[in-house]
Amino acid sequence: MTTFTPISALIGGGMIGLSAVLLMLTNGRIAGISGILGSLFEPNQTDRTWKIAFVSGLFLAAFIYGAVSGTTVEVALPHRLELMIVGGLLVGFGSRLGGGCTSGHGVCGVSRFSKRSIVATAVFMAAAIVTVFAIDVAGGGL
Amino acid sequence: MRMVAALFAGLIFGLGLIVSQMINPAKVIGFLNVAGDGWDPSLLLVMGSAMIITTIGYKLVFKKDQPVFDQDFHVPTSQVIDRRLLSGAAIFGIGWGLGGLCPGPAIAALALGAPQILWFVAAMLVGMAAKKLALN
Repeated sequence: MTTFTPISALIGGGMIGLSAVLLMLTNGRIAGISGILGSLFEPNQTDRTWKIAFVSGLFLAAFIYGAVSGTTVEVALPHRLELMIVGGLLVGFGSRLGGGCTSGHGVCGVSRFSKRSIVATAVFMAAAIVTVFAIDVAGGGL
Repeated sequence: MRMVAALFAGLIFGLGLIVSQMINPAKVIGFLNVAGDGWDPSLLLVMGSAMIITTIGYKLVFKKDQPVFDQDFHVPTSQVIDRRLLSGAAIFGIGWGLGGLCPGPAIAALALGAPQILWFVAAMLVGMAAKKLALN
């Protein structure tokens, strides 16, 4: 169980928005993590360098945060390992099939008022809520 | 310069995920568990805040003829709502609910070195490759 943290949520969300705007302003690209990550491993990519740079920044953020704040990032992993593995498989497969995830569809797409992204965001939000509810009812995981 | 800008954007994105605690699966599931007691609406504010900044920022950026370090904006134009979009979003949503992680937070949380996160990311990459192999 976690508590509502409105201030850090607004600030962190704002930073995610700034990042999306910065990537569009400089590189003309959507900050969609599943697309950037998935296409990295595809052959015949001519524009790998900015993708590698973006993913590196994303990966390094925790180190920078730790060094600057002097605190460690706390996470609680509520689920059993097998749920994480099945979850990872579905997240990877589904985000590529649906052409985006929380960042590409949810943040960037909805902000462009893309019909596809608005529909996708509604569908994955609903699917995730139902899944968590089902796990809760089954009494597992949490 | 493209690389530097992309690195910087990735860094801000990751820091935003850390500050908002979205790299914590328990926090994400605390939001998704709308029916549970002690619902945590933080994710809603993260998404809302990100969307407002992005909507305003994109409006300003798209007034320019081109990005600073490229000739064109690379923005998807498709408006087709097909079975792939719907089933992909549903499958992604189920996975998100199971693991409490989506691709961005999963990468940002890798640095913490928790075995569950390493397994999640490995499985996610396998899932991405499987989609490519099975359906192109």
